[in-house]
Amino acid sequence: MRNKIPRVRAKEQDAKIRATNFKEVCFGFNISEAQAEASRCLQCKVPGCVQQCPVHINIPAFIAKVEAGDISAAAKIIAKDSFLPAVCGRVCPQESQCEGNCILGKKGESVSIGKLERFVSDYAREHQIRFTEKAPSKGKSVAIVGSGPSSLACASDLARNGYDVTIFEALHRPGGVLEYGIPEFRLPKESVVSYEIETVKSLGVKIITDVLIGRTITVDDLLGKEGFSAVYIGSGAGLPKFMGIPGENLNGVFSANEYLTRNNLMKAFDSSYETPIFHGHKTAVVGGGNVAMDAARTALRLGSKVTIVYRRSQAELPARAEEVHHAVEEGIAFDMLTNPVEIVGDGNGCVKALRCIKMELGEPDESGRRRPLPVEGSEFEIAADCVIMALGTSPNSLISDTTEGLDTDRKGCIIADETGATSRPGVFAGGDAVSGAATVILAMGAGRTAAASIDKYLSGERSPL
Amino acid sequence: MFILVLRFANVCKNANFAAAFQILINMFKIIRKTYLTPSVCLMEVEAPRIAMAAKPGQFLIIRANERGERIPLTICDYDAVKGTVTIVTQIVGASSRIICNMGTGESFSDMAGPLGRPSDFTLLPDGALKGKRYLFIGGGVGTAPIFPQVKYLSGQGALCDVIIGARNSSLLIFTEEMKSVADNVFVCTDDGSAGEKGVVTKVAERLLDGGKHYDHAVSIGPMIMMKFCSLSLKKYNIPLTVSLNSIMVDGTGMCGACRVTVGGKTRFACSEGPEFNGYEVNYDEAMRRQKLYRNQEIEADERCRSKLEGKQ
Ligand SMILES: Cc1cc2nc3c(=O)[nH]c(=O)nc-3n(C[C@H](O)[C@H](O)[C@H](O)COP(=O)(O)OP(=O)(O)OC[C@H]3O[C@@H](n4cnc5c(N)ncnc54)[C@H](O)[C@@H]3O)c2cc1C
Ligand SMILES: Cc1cc2nc3c(=O)[nH]c(=O)nc-3n(C[C@H](O)[C@H](O)[C@H](O)COP(=O)(O)OP(=O)(O)OC[C@H]3O[C@@H](n4cnc5c(N)ncnc54)[C@H](O)[C@@H]3O)c2cc1C
Ligand code: SF4
Ligand code: FES
Repeated sequence: MRNKIPRVRAKEQDAKIRATNFKEVCFGFNISEAQAEASRCLQCKVPGCVQQCPVHINIPAFIAKVEAGDISAAAKIIAKDSFLPAVCGRVCPQESQCEGNCILGKKGESVSIGKLERFVSDYAREHQIRFTEKAPSKGKSVAIVGSGPSSLACASDLARNGYDVTIFEALHRPGGVLEYGIPEFRLPKESVVSYEIETVKSLGVKIITDVLIGRTITVDDLLGKEGFSAVYIGSGAGLPKFMGIPGENLNGVFSANEYLTRNNLMKAFDSSYETPIFHGHKTAVVGGGNVAMDAARTALRLGSKVTIVYRRSQAELPARAEEVHHAVEEGIAFDMLTNPVEIVGDGNGCVKALRCIKMELGEPDESGRRRPLPVEGSEFEIAADCVIMALGTSPNSLISDTTEGLDTDRKGCIIADETGATSRPGVFAGGDAVSGAATVILAMGAGRTAAASIDKYLSGERSPL
Repeated sequence: MFILVLRFANVCKNANFAAAFQILINMFKIIRKTYLTPSVCLMEVEAPRIAMAAKPGQFLIIRANERGERIPLTICDYDAVKGTVTIVTQIVGASSRIICNMGTGESFSDMAGPLGRPSDFTLLPDGALKGKRYLFIGGGVGTAPIFPQVKYLSGQGALCDVIIGARNSSLLIFTEEMKSVADNVFVCTDDGSAGEKGVVTKVAERLLDGGKHYDHAVSIGPMIMMKFCSLSLKKYNIPLTVSLNSIMVDGTGMCGACRVTVGGKTRFACSEGPEFNGYEVNYDEAMRRQKLYRNQEIEADERCRSKLEGKQ
């Protein structure tokens, strides 16, 4: 039997203090903590963790290197399969992936795989360990739409393979949701996100911001007059949903995307930046995913009291377990089995309250979760001057509307096969643009799969005479 | 700049013209600047990709510097050959003050566009606009965005009458430019210091009552003016288009800050607009939403003013 020590906890900022700042919540392991935690791993012959990792990182192998103290060897093992480990170690839903299937978790507590992954990649970054070998130039260029994790992954694989890659991003900073959505206190922008983007650039990838594909130039232009041989679309799922209830356009109602973009991309929390943000006193956040947690904890840090309103129960919260736990610790209230029916105005066009109805769980629905049903006569009001809607997002139709022969499904997602190929030859797609809102690791995986397909497609193609 | 030119030359030598072009693309240099009134500034800016794609009715988002806000401004003219776009900015707060305070030779951090849907008439087949009669109503700085539309329509053989309104003569802009592309230009001011005394709707009603016929009307200006235009023109049964300047962040359809109610439905002004059927817009809601950050904006502008004064 291996080391029977309890799971090593990474140190965190005290909940009361962190509720007033935007610095990262978790400090991560130091080397001795990492080695102690690594020593808990049983080095399973058939590791459950690897099976449940969407990109099948060789988890026991990298953990063994951590235990042996050879962190750069550990980093090399992770780099084979994951391309944004410092990000994934922080934001992957480990409890439903690797850690959820760790043998130790069956009886006790799983190995803290996410924190170990984070430790290894932070160490690699702090010691400037980068893996930037690349093949000689193939003399062909590929255009990539968007600069989120799926695009970055696709770009770096293609660049390593000798392609000349140009990323076109609509916003003024690259990174997609990593930059505009996920807050600083979960994912530091300068030290982590910018560093990862610099790594991609160091492979020779060009990133051109301020270009909205479909308006500034079209996908057809990219393949035509711009002279690219293939295009990858990683434009994400950025279109926010609203509920369609009365009062949604009152002053003080925001989509989580707007609220988070103002704070993360535009840095509204920092008074040396120009963009304003609404400072509520009592904020109600509608939804139960990561986005809802992020919006709630941002509002809290901006000085508001916050309640999360979710129509199912605690067990069904789709957010990462750690985020829910942190939100509770920081003092965010949860109104479970509650659904808004109206946003009530104060007579001057501003929000006064969120009128809700209590729900109860009925039979399971298509998603396998029990369907929430309204309890008649249970309506009540939650006082609020700010309401943030975090109900999910879907892909924007701009690219499909402006690209000849690019098929989408009923929900507006681009249709791509398992290789990433779309209905349009030479055009590939992946990430949230294809799957609808999902996760960083899946987006990254899709980007890498598409990079392999693009390589195949362009290698098979006869070179122009 | 020198280094950039060198890089540019180098890449050109390598015969990769597309790459050379891309290096220059993200330099949004101001090449001409003039004040149209003491608080309205015209700038011609290098932005080759935007200039190549722009159509009447579209706007761009500008960020003056690394800490700046994303500010939407209408594309008031574009020259694909020269690779420039023209913007006309009215100083109303901190960000517009910072934009107008920049000089020829300086560059904006960012300019993204063209954004929004082009005006509907740009989608019509060739020849469809010939002989069509348009009435344009521009108020204040809203007069400038009308210019590319009138220019385009005249080029297509349509006949355009333009009413330009302002509070007084010193606030009138684009009258001469407009005369060069429109069939008739009517000027009015609230105090009668130039043109007719009175508001734009009065002039419009006079023209219509006098027997003028128009196939379509377009009104761009302060929200309140567009609201009164819609009330006034409704009686004459002329289709009316307005351009909504709601508060925006990204301008690409990913945040919903710009949402407006049109025909009882929520629409995103940046991606589904900015032009909408003028009779279906809920103007009162739109005006209320514009004032959301009023207090913070006033504070920001005071900070900005004292900073700029400190510099001088
Ligand atoms: C607030 C929030 C919290 C989240 N938390 C987690 C988490 O903890 N763990 C997790 O695994 N996942 C999380 N997610 C989901 C995860 O971030 C996404 O699944 C992932 O980022 C998708 O990657 P992507 O590359 O497909 O798209 P995105 O990251 O959305 O990037 C798309 C990019 O394309 C750009 N773009 C769009 N259209 C165009 C165009 N026409 N032209 C040019 N550029 C364009 C966009 O501006 C954007 O930068 C969260 C999402 C949000 C919003
Ligand atoms: C599609 C569109 C086209 C526009 N075209 C022009 C133009 O050609 N010339 C011009 O001078 N102005 C134009 N505007 C308005 C211009 O964007 C605002 O005047 C500017 O953002 C004000 O910023 P500020 O910081 O100087 O003023 P602030 O003090 O911040 O605000 C003054 C008022 O401007 C509006 N405003 C503030 N922030 C924004 C924002 N991010 N987006 C939109 N409106 C805002 C609000 O109604 C506010 O009450 C346009 C707006 C839109 C949406
Ligand atoms: S399942 Fe757990 S114990 Fe087994 S190899 Fe993976 S991390 Fe180690
Ligand atoms: S400005 Fe963000 S959706 Fe229109």
